[in-house]
Amino acid sequence: MSVLIFAEQSDGAIRKSSKEAVSYGVALANQLGVKAEAVVLGSVHQDLSGLGSLGVSVVHHCAEEGLNTMDTRRYTAVMAEIAQSTGSQIIVFAHSITGRAIAPRLSARLKAGYISGATGLPDTSNGFIVRRNVFSGKAFMDVRVETPVKIISVNPNSFGVRELEGVAMVQPFQTSTVAGRVVTREIKKVNGQVPLGEAELVVSGGRGLKGPEHWGMVEDLAGLIGAATACSRAVADAHWRPHHEHVGQTGLAIAPNLYFAIGISGAIQHLAGVNRSKVIVVVNKDPEAPFFKAADYGIVGDAFEVMPKVIEAVRQLKKS
Amino acid sequence: MKILVCISRTPDTTAKIAFGDNNTKFVKDGVQWIINPYDEWYGLVRAIIIKENEPATIIHLVTVGGADVEPVIRKALALGGDEAIRVEMEPMDAYQVAVQIAEVAKGGQYDLILTGKETIDSNGSSVGPMLAELLDMDMISLATGLEFEGSTAVVTREIEGGEEISAIPLPLVVSCQKGMAEARIPNMRGIMAARTKPLKVLPPAESAVLTGLVSYGLPPSRSGVKLVPADRPEELVRLLHEEARII
Ligand SMILES: Cc1cc2nc3c(=O)[nH]c(=O)nc-3n(C[C@H](O)[C@H](O)[C@H](O)COP(=O)(O)OP(=O)(O)OC[C@H]3O[C@@H](n4cnc5c(N)ncnc54)[C@H](O)[C@@H]3O)c2cc1C
Ligand SMILES: Nc1ncnc2c1ncn2[C@@H]1O[C@H](COP(=O)(O)O)[C@@H](O)[C@H]1O
Repeated sequence: MSVLIFAEQSDGAIRKSSKEAVSYGVALANQLGVKAEAVVLGSVHQDLSGLGSLGVSVVHHCAEEGLNTMDTRRYTAVMAEIAQSTGSQIIVFAHSITGRAIAPRLSARLKAGYISGATGLPDTSNGFIVRRNVFSGKAFMDVRVETPVKIISVNPNSFGVRELEGVAMVQPFQTSTVAGRVVTREIKKVNGQVPLGEAELVVSGGRGLKGPEHWGMVEDLAGLIGAATACSRAVADAHWRPHHEHVGQTGLAIAPNLYFAIGISGAIQHLAGVNRSKVIVVVNKDPEAPFFKAADYGIVGDAFEVMPKVIEAVRQLKKS
Repeated sequence: MKILVCISRTPDTTAKIAFGDNNTKFVKDGVQWIINPYDEWYGLVRAIIIKENEPATIIHLVTVGGADVEPVIRKALALGGDEAIRVEMEPMDAYQVAVQIAEVAKGGQYDLILTGKETIDSNGSSVGPMLAELLDMDMISLATGLEFEGSTAVVTREIEGGEEISAIPLPLVVSCQKGMAEARIPNMRGIMAARTKPLKVLPPAESAVLTGLVSYGLPPSRSGVKLVPADRPEELVRLLHEEARII
């Protein structure tokens, strides 16, 4: 018996959302008094024994080059092979783009109950009950997993990365699966940006900023504090900002430590995607903007006057 | 080409979320229902565009749910699609939905199965991948673009911090999100035509129960906003640094 954790790599290094999933899996293994093991697929340039510092004892590494790009069918088959060889009863993923694609597939393959986007550790005092968000963050539900093997994907920023001490044993894994039919043609990456789904701090702009030429204030603040940038749907629809920055009920749902919203009204569909943020700051010139009801801190004022001063104050703070 | 589009019904985005029966039932009184936006705006409209380019294309819609979902399926048919199939069942979880759709798909010889990225009520993004596994099909999740080169699909999907383009021979399951298509409004002709399009009702297939609901709950509301005067924005920065300890 062990908890098996899928540690996703990106360009040869373990992703942050996966480190969080590892910490979650390790905490769950401790709760159950079993071992935590990790899986890494594809070639990496990081010493994987370092994952021991997050608390895993073994890293199963399938280093085949062909696994550097994701093919959901093959990844699922390899995960099933490894889970079988380790006899793991619980398999943990990050609720990342890859995790969302593989975890449910593996669930169907193993007939294992799946919790999509867990926000906390399971309650194992009476069965196996896990909390997750539903109705786009407007509610949560507690779900009982009824099957012997259980699969969980962990919502980003809901658990945190917990550094411990230790060195993991790295075990090469030979898969009997072969390359599938998916041929990757091109990968386009916007360099240097914090991926929005994983970001701890997010600065976001709405239609109140009047046009894409005014996004300097969003980018300047984000740059100073190391935040990702986001926007409302109205802004993405107007093509002021790329679609992948759109947060809300029909965009990305995020739960950063800070969500700093400038010139966004706070429509119910927008709030649904951001209301799990730990601290919400709103700058809006309309005191009646609904966003203030969902905020922790706010300034009622014109963003064009307020934001340059906020940015200057942050710059001073960062200098000191 | 033969396409199956998975359509689910969800409460309107502004619906009040409340629970009854000891927090075990979503209160449906007064709730307006819509086609799940991801299924309507992206999956269905993409299928319609494929048919516009290739008129011999056949589009089937499938939904798993009780008779009360039919108005929503009719609305989907008003946008497009040749016929609809409803599996008579109140599913317990995503796996049960996937099992039913897989059963429908097995007999249909579909080249392409489209789902939404997720439902806006259960937010699992699970049905598509589960379905692909049950049918042993290739799948691309969270796709933002879909083109064809003969019988090969060229699919663009979101990855963290960018996008990836891959080529996969059909048949294929694709989950769709923003970028795939633009929302459309049904016209009068579509609404009239939808009335007479076939809507088949099938009995459910046997399916295992993997998970069960214990209860629902609502998140605690925030304690209230602390407003900083507009002429002292530096005070906001101080609070974020010293009180919230976030920057
Ligand atoms: C089915 C459905 C799904 C949807 N999904 C989403 C979603 O996922 N995400 C999303 O964001 N929206 C979504 N929407 C749209 C949503 O209802 C709102 O229309 C949208 O969020 C509004 O964007 P906004 O706040 O940028 O613009 P507006 O509502 O136009 O608000 C602009 C705000 O800026 C303020 N402002 C103006 N000038 C200034 C200034 N100089 N300084 C400071 N403040 C200023 C105004 O007071 C106002 O509050 C959805 C809608 C529907 C129907
Ligand atoms: N009851 C249902 N009937 C038909 N399709 C569904 C149903 N539930 C979910 N789907 C499809 O599966 C996708 C993902 O749903 P979910 O796993 O609930 O997030 C949706 O966008 C739909 O396309």
